[in-house]
Amino acid sequence: MTEAAGGDSGAPHACWSCHGPITAAALFCHVCGAVQPPRPLDAFARLGFPGRFEVDAAEIDKRYRGLQQRLHPDRFTKRSPRERAIAESQAMSLNDAYETLKDPLKRAALLLERAGRSSPIGENRTIQDPALLMEAMEVREALAAATDLAAVEAIGKRAAAEDRRCIEALGAAFGAGELDKASRQLTALKYWRKLAEEIRGRRAAIAHGAG
Amino acid sequence: MLLQIHEPGQTPTPHATERGVAIGIDLGTTNSVVAIAAGETPEVLRDENGKALVPSVVAYGEDGSVEVGEGARRRLLDDPGAVVGSIKRLMGRAAGELKHLGGTLPYEVEPADDQGGMVRIRVQDRRLSPVEVSADILRALRARAETSLGQTVTEAVVTVPAYFDDAARSATKDAARLAGLTVLRLVNEPTAAALAYGLDKGAEGLYAIYDLGGGTFDISLLRLEKGVFQVLATGGDAALGGDDFDHLIAERFLAERKAQGLVHRPSIGEAKQVLAAVRLAKECLSTQERGEWRIELGGETSRHALDRATVESLIRPLLARTLSITQSALEDAGFRPTEVQGVVLVGGSTRLPLVRRELGTLFGREPLADIDPDEVVAVGAALQARALTRGEGTLLLDVTPLSLGIETMGGIVEKVIPRNSPIPVAMAQEFTTYQDGQTGMLLHVVQGERETVAECRSLGRFELKGIPPLTAGAARIRVTFAVDADGLLTVSAEEKTTGVSAAIEVKPSYGLGEDEMARMLRESMEHAQEDMERRLLIEARVEAERVLLALAAALKAEGELATPEERAQLQNLAHEIRKAAAGADRDLINGLVERLEETGRPFAQRRVDRALQGALAGHRLDEVEADMAPDARAAAGSGSSGAARTSSRVPAAPRND
Ligand SMILES: [Zn+2]
Repeated sequence: MTEAAGGDSGAPHACWSCHGPITAAALFCHVCGAVQPPRPLDAFARLGFPGRFEVDAAEIDKRYRGLQQRLHPDRFTKRSPRERAIAESQAMSLNDAYETLKDPLKRAALLLERAGRSSPIGENRTIQDPALLMEAMEVREALAAATDLAAVEAIGKRAAAEDRRCIEALGAAFGAGELDKASRQLTALKYWRKLAEEIRGRRAAIAHGAG
Repeated sequence: MLLQIHEPGQTPTPHATERGVAIGIDLGTTNSVVAIAAGETPEVLRDENGKALVPSVVAYGEDGSVEVGEGARRRLLDDPGAVVGSIKRLMGRAAGELKHLGGTLPYEVEPADDQGGMVRIRVQDRRLSPVEVSADILRALRARAETSLGQTVTEAVVTVPAYFDDAARSATKDAARLAGLTVLRLVNEPTAAALAYGLDKGAEGLYAIYDLGGGTFDISLLRLEKGVFQVLATGGDAALGGDDFDHLIAERFLAERKAQGLVHRPSIGEAKQVLAAVRLAKECLSTQERGEWRIELGGETSRHALDRATVESLIRPLLARTLSITQSALEDAGFRPTEVQGVVLVGGSTRLPLVRRELGTLFGREPLADIDPDEVVAVGAALQARALTRGEGTLLLDVTPLSLGIETMGGIVEKVIPRNSPIPVAMAQEFTTYQDGQTGMLLHVVQGERETVAECRSLGRFELKGIPPLTAGAARIRVTFAVDADGLLTVSAEEKTTGVSAAIEVKPSYGLGEDEMARMLRESMEHAQEDMERRLLIEARVEAERVLLALAAALKAEGELATPEERAQLQNLAHEIRKAAAGADRDLINGLVERLEETGRPFAQRRVDRALQGALAGHRLDEVEADMAPDARAAAGSGSSGAARTSSRVPAAPRND
């Protein structure tokens, strides 16, 4: 594998260490072996996956770990500070790509971005969907009223089921190229994830209160 | 045809990367351990009595003497005012943060001189920072290793609780520096324990590490696979540990005395004695069912019967908290307890039979204790030290234990890096101004999971100045948080709208300013200056070696593009660099390296030009570039280096939530 990075080559770059020509996609200079700085790639390109919502989680793990094994700064402890800094940048880029591909929320947002859509879950976005808004209020009230663990668990189960449903719906929407629909499902998923956090907080509070 | 850069049998700058043995240190709240992995099997270093545990206790004599370990612990009872223990709990803490420890610390704590600085403790007539006390412990561990190895030790992997925040990590690194140790890597304790099992016992699969130390609790989930150890989630409580169990039992004893009508109120020193008696009682009850203990304070003697069941009922609520945190960590990683293939025990408090029973119930399997829970962390640290110095294939991929964020309007925290993000990591977030014409912005960096600033830990404040005066909300200030592989944070900010970018880079600091650190270094090491010089010299040699290797590789690959004159010049310079690198003149090495880069520039340009003309572009490059690993680098040499691109920081990822 050259680069997980798929495709491109572009004009040759100069290696920062020996100054010789290398392809844009090279992780290491083929002449002097120096590690090269990360290129501006999105998560799919960096780990060499096609831009699809469905991903093979085990394959993501495998490629991520394989690349980290070659690029992580710990591989460069005996190298010059400059090489260590470059390796650190590479490791940061890989971690970012890994977190994006593994998380359906970030993955979906990236796919929408790739399609030229602004993310529906960016900063300061509020829920526009009236049905979801109603549901949100109703579940929040139920959560606030829940006084024992069983009641909280019940809401938790519902949130988990909705989470799975949203992910399936996202897959279907992206598969059919229905981006509006995908955008709506992404908003819903974001909401259920936030609620799951609140449920955990509530559960911890009840558990601690009970002693 | 190719230029021979090295004389036969001579490798370039042999001492550039020469290193002694690096040690592994578990710097614990109650006890510390040092280990080395020089040969095949790691070795825990013991005293003449075969004891590996060095009590993390320091006794300060009136004459300025310092004693660490068992001897200091023994003096705890006779001369409590001169002895300091459990200092780890104060690492990176400001005075205002110690309320939850309220009165449980058996020594006097004072606020730092500066607002928000790290606390100081008063012992004898000295006023000491927790960093200095920790450095004394580290020095003793380093001395033990040096005696055992018969050589100087200057590098170490030091472990910290996974849940240690940025302040405590920085403080630990500073303490090592004071003790004359370069920290190769701060490794989280549970991760080190997993490494010990993975490397020493060949464990593979999903593992939970349950680490209940004297002052902290950590739980980590890791996937162990051949060579790669990936932390999936971590959780914990930095203020919950075996010491809390001791305090509960001590409180019971004191309450019993009161009930018996004894009126003497224990002093700080006497409180230490009670705690020492309690520890003894707790240890006894791990193996026997019941016992009776006698306490004499202020001439009043009391007797206390205690059985294991009572101890267990006292500590059960604390244990329940650890189990609840464990379950949350499992949920973070998306696993059920039964999917865990092994539960590793770390820390002396896991010897309590109740802990093992409860964990057995939660995970449906017996926890592992093949490696002594008191020693497993040091063993892992030593193995990681070996991996880092020898460049072995092992790789640790760890995560941030706590979310990092910034204060926004109304004291609300905007998270920039969520907890359990793999490190190293860089993430950015954009902020804007809220007043017309605003030219400065105060950034307040915090760490924690709560939504309001008041409930999180403040890591530092810094001001971004020089924002162009625009209408409110028009400026775009991009704040980047970068956490390195040690878990240490750097924050930078820049304003982007107008092309005028004001940037500031800040390492949050906690009480120990650079000045103060410099002073302590001067006081603690006569050779601080030499040490710094030595480090710079080694760096110059490493850089020289890189340049020589790059030149040799370039000449080997495309030597025909260099003119005979250039070759001769480059060869001469390379020779001079090798000579200089064998000496100790850092400026000479750096100057020659620069000249070599300069001289090699036309040659490099010709290489790039030829590639651009297509002779080398396309397929051939792709083919040869395939899989060069860093270590597969040809041992040849050289090149022009020169206008090297500065190491680009990572493109901080835009965030989506
Ligand atoms: Zn190169």
